[in-house]
Amino acid sequence: MDLSAINPVLLIASLMVAATPLLLAAIGELVVEKAGVLNLGVEGMMIVGAISGFAISVETGSPWLGFLASAIGGAVLSLLFVLLTQVALANQVASGLALTLFGLGISSLMGQSYVGIKPPATPRLDIPVLSDIPVLGPILFSHDLILYLGIALVAAVWALLKYSRVGLVLRAVGENHDAAHALGYKVVRVRTLAILFGGACAGLGGAYISLIRVPQWTEGMTAGIGWIALALVVFASWKPWRALIGAYLFGGITVLQLNLQAAGVAIPVEYLAMSPYVITIIVLVILSADKSSAPASLGRSFHATN
Amino acid sequence: MIRLEKRPQPSQAWSLSTPVVAVIATMIFGGALFGVLGTNPFVAIRTIFFEPLFGEFAFYYRPQLLVKGAPLVLIAIGLSLGFKAGIWNIGAEGQYIIGAIVGAGIGLAFYPTEGWYIFPLMIIGGALGGFAWAMIPAILKTRFGTNEILVSLMLVYVAEQLLASMSLGLLKNPEGFGFPGSRNLQEYPSAHNAELITGTGAHLGVVFALIAVIFAYVLLNRHMLGYQIRLTGEAPRAARFAGVRPTRLVLFCLGTSGALAGLAGLFEVSGPSGQISIDFNVGYGFTAIIVAFLGRLHPVGILLAGGLMALTYIGGEIAQGQLGLPAAAIQVFQGMLLFFLLALDLLTNFRIRFARQEVA
Repeated sequence: MDLSAINPVLLIASLMVAATPLLLAAIGELVVEKAGVLNLGVEGMMIVGAISGFAISVETGSPWLGFLASAIGGAVLSLLFVLLTQVALANQVASGLALTLFGLGISSLMGQSYVGIKPPATPRLDIPVLSDIPVLGPILFSHDLILYLGIALVAAVWALLKYSRVGLVLRAVGENHDAAHALGYKVVRVRTLAILFGGACAGLGGAYISLIRVPQWTEGMTAGIGWIALALVVFASWKPWRALIGAYLFGGITVLQLNLQAAGVAIPVEYLAMSPYVITIIVLVILSADKSSAPASLGRSFHATN
Repeated sequence: MIRLEKRPQPSQAWSLSTPVVAVIATMIFGGALFGVLGTNPFVAIRTIFFEPLFGEFAFYYRPQLLVKGAPLVLIAIGLSLGFKAGIWNIGAEGQYIIGAIVGAGIGLAFYPTEGWYIFPLMIIGGALGGFAWAMIPAILKTRFGTNEILVSLMLVYVAEQLLASMSLGLLKNPEGFGFPGSRNLQEYPSAHNAELITGTGAHLGVVFALIAVIFAYVLLNRHMLGYQIRLTGEAPRAARFAGVRPTRLVLFCLGTSGALAGLAGLFEVSGPSGQISIDFNVGYGFTAIIVAFLGRLHPVGILLAGGLMALTYIGGEIAQGQLGLPAAAIQVFQGMLLFFLLALDLLTNFRIRFARQEVA
C-alpha cells in the first residue's frame, strides 16, 4: 500500500471530470422535477446519449458533433416519456422505469459495432499562462469545454429559476399545476419543454462518460450514474448550487476509491467499488428528514378537465 | 381536435384487452425494428413466439419455458403487491442475488455432508436473504422517509459487487483450478434443486411460483390486508382515515417481494444455473417489473405474462442463434412492450372524443 502515490492536485482535477456526467444529468433532472415531473429514466437517457454521442463522433471525427448528437439522442428518448406521461397520462414511476429498460436495450443494439473503438479525443482548454500555474492551473484551467459548460449550466439554471419569469412559471407549474393552469399557463407545454431539457442534459452527461471520462463504449457503461443523479437532486433539495457540491462530493468518492484500488489498499476491490452506492444511500437517509423543499406537485399527472 | 374525457369508472373491457393490444402493437413495431436490422420480420416474430412452443425442437424448449417463467412469476407476484399500494421496489435484482448467495452459502457450508434437511434450510436462507435485503429500503423508508426507489436500486449495485466478491473469494470453488465461481450445486445431491419430473423443467421453484400466485390471489381478494393494499394504492388519504397503518404495509410489501425474489434466486442458483458466478444474475429482477405491469398487477395476469415473457427470452435466444438477431434486440422488444402497455392504459381511464376546437 502506497498512499503517497495519490497526487492531491490530480485527484481534484480528476474529481471534477468524474463529477461532470453526474452534474449534467442532475441539473437536467432538477429542472424536470422543479416542473413537477419525476423522470426515473435518467439512466436510460444517459446511456442513449453515451452511444449516440460516441457513434456520431466516431463517424464524423468531431467530438463536438458527438456531444450535439448525444443531447439530441437524450431528448428524443425523453420525448417518449413526454408521450407516455403528458399525453397518455401514464404513471410517471412506471414510465421512467420503462424508459431506462428501453434505453439500456436500444443503446446496446446501437453500440454493437462500436465496441473496442477509440473515439476522437476532445481537445482540452489549455489556457497558455493560466494552466501553467502550479496547483490552480491543472485544477481550474485545463479541462475540456463540456466541464465548464456543466458549471455554466448550473449558474444558468439557478439564475433562471430565481430571477426570471420563465423560472417563476416553471416553479408554479411544479408547485401547483391546477393553480398554474387556472392562471392560464400551459402546464403540459412547460413540462414537455422541461423534460426535453432534462433529456438533453442527461444525454450530454452520458456522452461525457463515453467520450471523455472512459473514453470507450461498453454496454451498460453508465453503471447507475443516472440513478445517483436522481439521488443527487434529492440531496441538493432542488437547489442548483447544492447539486454542484453534491456532484463533486460523489465524484470525489468515486475517484478516491479508484485511487485506493490502484494504490493497493487492503480493502477488496469489490467493497471499494460499492462504496459510492452505499454512501449515496447514507446521504439520502441523512437528508430525507427535510422534505419541505420538494415541489408539491412532484410525480402527479395533470389533466385539464373541463 | 382530439379530446380526452375521464371515464366515471375505469373500463373493464379495456383493462382486460390492453395487454393483448400492447402485445400485438409490440409485434408490429418490434417486427419493423427487426426489419431495419436486416431480418425478415415475419420469420423473426414466428421464431420468437411460435418456434419454442410448436417448432421442431419444441420438446427441448417447452421445459425452458417453466425454468425461465418461474423466477419471473415469483418475483413479479411480490412486486405487484407493492406496486398496487404505491410502494416501489425496483431492486428485486439485488434481493434475487442476495437470496442466491445466502442459500448457496448455506448449502456449501454443509458440503460434503448429505442430509434431507440441507435443501429446506437453503430455501429458508434464500427467502430470509432476500427479505433482509428488502428490509433495508423498507426500514429506511418507515424510519426516515427515505425514497425506497433509489435505495432499493442502489442496493442492486451493491449486491452485484457482493456477488463478484463472493464468487472470487469466500464461496470460490477450492477445486476449481482458480476459476471464479462456486462449486456446482448440481453435483451436490442434497443441495440440488432437481427437476421434480425429469424432462419437464418443473423444479421446486415452479411449484413455489404457483403457490405464490394462489396466495396473492387469496390475499388480494379475500383478506383484509389485501384490501388495505388496494385501498392505499387507489386512495391513500382514505386509507389513512380507515386506519391502515402505512408503516406495516411498507414492511409487508417490501418484505414479501424481497423474500420471493430471494427464493427465485435460490431456486435458480441451486437448479438451472448451478453455481454462484460473477454473471449469475441475468436481469430477471428488472424483467419481472415488465411482467408485473403486463399482468395488470393481477396474480393470474402475472402468471400469463410470466409465460409470455419467458417465451420472448427463449424465442429471442433461438432467433439469436438462427437469424443472428442481436441479444439486445429482445431487450428492446421487452421495453417496447412496457411502453405500449403504459400508453394504452389511457384507454382504460379515459375516453377519446373527437370534437371541434373550442374557444378557450
